[in-house]
Amino acid sequence: MTMSLSRRDFLKAGAGLIVEFQLAPYAYSQTPQTGAPPARPIDAWLAIDAEGQVTVFCGKVELGTGIETAMAQLVAEELDVAFPSVHLVMGDTARSVNQGPTVGSKTLQQGGPQLRRAAAEARLTLLAMAAEKLAVAAEQLRVADGVVSAPNGSQVSYAQLVGGKRFARTVGDTARLKSPADFRIVGREQARVDIPGKVTGSHNYLHDFRLAGMLHGRVIRPNAIGAKLKAVDEASVNSLPGNVRVVVKGNFVGVVAEREEQAIAAAAALKIVWTPPASGLPAMSELEATMRRTSAETQQMTAAGDVDAALKSAARTLTASYRTPYQSHGSIGPSCAVAEVKDGRLTVWSATQGSWMLAGNLATLLGLPPAAVRVIWMEGSGCYGHNGADDVAADAALLSQALSRPVRVQWMRSDEHGWDPKGPAMIVDLRGGLAADQRIVAWDYQVITPTHSSRPAGGAGGNLLAGLLQGMAPRLAMTGGNRNAPTNYQIPNHRVTVHWLKESVLRASALRGLGAPQNTFANESFIDELAAAAGADPIAFRLKHLAGDSRAIDLLAKVREISGWTPRPSPSTSPRKVSGPVLRGRGVAFARYENEFASAAVVVEVAVDRKSGMISVPKVHVAHDCGLIVNPDGLKNQIEGNIIQTLSRALKEQVTFDRNGVTSVDWVSYPILRFSEIPEDINIALLNHPEDVMYGAGEATAVTVFAAVANALFDATGVRLRSVPFTAADVLRELAHRKA
Amino acid sequence: MALKEVELLVNGERRQIAAEGDTPLLYALRNDLKYNGAKFGCGLAQCGACTVLIDGQPVRSCVTPIAGLAGRQITTLEGLGTREKPHPVQRAFIELQAAQCGYCSNGMIMATVALLAANPKPGDAEIRSALEGHLCRCGTHLRIIRAVRRAATLLAQEKQS
Ligand code: FES
Ligand code: FES
Repeated sequence: MTMSLSRRDFLKAGAGLIVEFQLAPYAYSQTPQTGAPPARPIDAWLAIDAEGQVTVFCGKVELGTGIETAMAQLVAEELDVAFPSVHLVMGDTARSVNQGPTVGSKTLQQGGPQLRRAAAEARLTLLAMAAEKLAVAAEQLRVADGVVSAPNGSQVSYAQLVGGKRFARTVGDTARLKSPADFRIVGREQARVDIPGKVTGSHNYLHDFRLAGMLHGRVIRPNAIGAKLKAVDEASVNSLPGNVRVVVKGNFVGVVAEREEQAIAAAAALKIVWTPPASGLPAMSELEATMRRTSAETQQMTAAGDVDAALKSAARTLTASYRTPYQSHGSIGPSCAVAEVKDGRLTVWSATQGSWMLAGNLATLLGLPPAAVRVIWMEGSGCYGHNGADDVAADAALLSQALSRPVRVQWMRSDEHGWDPKGPAMIVDLRGGLAADQRIVAWDYQVITPTHSSRPAGGAGGNLLAGLLQGMAPRLAMTGGNRNAPTNYQIPNHRVTVHWLKESVLRASALRGLGAPQNTFANESFIDELAAAAGADPIAFRLKHLAGDSRAIDLLAKVREISGWTPRPSPSTSPRKVSGPVLRGRGVAFARYENEFASAAVVVEVAVDRKSGMISVPKVHVAHDCGLIVNPDGLKNQIEGNIIQTLSRALKEQVTFDRNGVTSVDWVSYPILRFSEIPEDINIALLNHPEDVMYGAGEATAVTVFAAVANALFDATGVRLRSVPFTAADVLRELAHRKA
Repeated sequence: MALKEVELLVNGERRQIAAEGDTPLLYALRNDLKYNGAKFGCGLAQCGACTVLIDGQPVRSCVTPIAGLAGRQITTLEGLGTREKPHPVQRAFIELQAAQCGYCSNGMIMATVALLAANPKPGDAEIRSALEGHLCRCGTHLRIIRAVRRAATLLAQEKQS
């Protein structure tokens, strides 16, 4: 696939935001994409102190997914030390190795092999030191828990060999990585290192970090997207307690006070006059029409055979369109940051996914040389993509710079729901053809999507909300909307076309899976529609088009087995089920993340109340393959989370907006799944492939859920829902429609 | 402007803080007393992240002013147990690995302590309903439900011994 390298100038995105798009995805191109670590001294990657404790300077960060534990397992394994002696320093631009941002399920996949290699090289170096010390050939030495032993019984520990000193050696490619057969730590259940602190109130969350002399800040956003600041009445907060100060930069407005509740009160009291934007957002009911009208850059992603001819000569053709709305990250803790500008240097404590990228953009925003910015990552509330973490860091940095004091900014709930970059709405149009032998002969896929990333990148101030509010331009690459647009099925004539919208109604960025859940919703719903048209069992129909893909075949066979799947076409025709008050069905979906990494096959069981249309999901079955498994229970925790979060997106979630901006600004207007709505059980089968590499597991399961639910609803009711979220009202409307 | 001294009884200790009476308890606990267990999630009584116990009852500290709390027993996550000596409910959450980001854990644990005090052997539906007002975005709900059941067992064992 090639993309046009041409740059587009001054395209209008959202209301009043000037955006410069570039079609070549430059983002993260500096990130090492393979297991080969950049040539760096071992000392850059890890250090062993006099007590034998190992510190790893890890560029990847803990987003709540358990990678701190998994990465420590990898290092302990290759280094041959006890697991508890490994500690990670994550995402500190001054101390950690820049391993690229923590995104796209690439932490274990790309960052893991780098740590393994660095640890293996360190072990090899330590063995050479021990050989010299013990006067024994290195090949004869054994290591256990950081102690090297010779056949004659003499021993020396890593701490004695290098404790507190430097390795002074570059990571090369001499050391052999351990064979999976020799693993003692990788692949075994390992209790997560962070959970004891998290459940006792002693974990070091960013939100709990305070500096001496720190002020509390809050931001006040325009009352409409694109509104311009006309006047600020500082006198309106002068008499409030807490030495309130107001900071204004362009359309960026913030207040600080000594105490947190004082800053909140000041933000609420500050009188501001805004000039409304020339044109507001489109009406929500016009979203699809607006997207279809918006000018786009077209990319031909894949093409084979003659799709048009095959559609013409097909025995049967189907057409369908699928829609997904804007959705929010909904982190339980709104974003937070602490910043200190002192002596021309900025230090920011942040829960960002990309410390180095954030540092570059903050430097531009504050007019500082990049070398004068340090970002120190600390864990925040769960992160499922580009939420407000970077933006709030910019807010804190600006306030600290203006006041020469350390400032903590805690976004309010409405800041996070209202202003976090949203996972964008998408539309997919599909046409397919079946041959007389009930195989798919033609597949014509067109997706309409804005980019799914506006992360800090390229030093552009406008990739931070505070920069946008000061009129700085963002730098955006078209990315993510094409993720999983192609399928892994064998279809002789197929074509996948991506229409990259030059503007997004709401500021858009990465949300778990980027475009993959939406594209898979379309692909895996449509293949179900074709299976139904062919009168085929949905699993058997998929298998027919996966010949030779043994990993996919194994997964579908496994999920068929664990879900007790009875082969039959959908919808369910069992009269007993159709006559009762509750309609029951099952649906399957399969996806391989980015068509080449971790895969999941999922069966969702649904129950639909015929009278109310209420949908519930009593059970979900998952067969999962992410290559070599590091921590099986940690992986299951991820898979469960992927299922529950995406069920929530499938059944409930849709960002609402009016002409001024987002109106779903709390948990009442943006509801998510609650305990009463959670499945009784999520039944998981892990297919381990120790002979393979590690694939990240943060998203693969999530990708399948929209489609599996839609397919189950079709199986239960005979109605096909093609717009997320699927609500009781949709079910009732379609059922009534079918009767009429 | 001088702020009034308010006395709070937190985790068995009398603590003085200087703040307005309408200050939400959450900020007094976190910023003045450095009890960080309770978390800010919404400030709207919608998510449960800020839950503490007042006289044993779960309360949303983000909307509870400190005025009027004099003499009331306030218990935070830190008041239950420590890393070294966790409370049975905390132990159950660790055993069942019932957290991802853990930002919701405070509320889940405080609500569980209150639930099990009132109902030592809750059924699945009772657990779900006790936690209904507590949001988790990471999707650890099923582990949390299992942890509550495990905590019930641990507490029963503790009582017996
Ligand atoms: S922070 Fe108090 S209920 Fe959400
Ligand atoms: S564990 Fe992250 S919100 Fe519950």
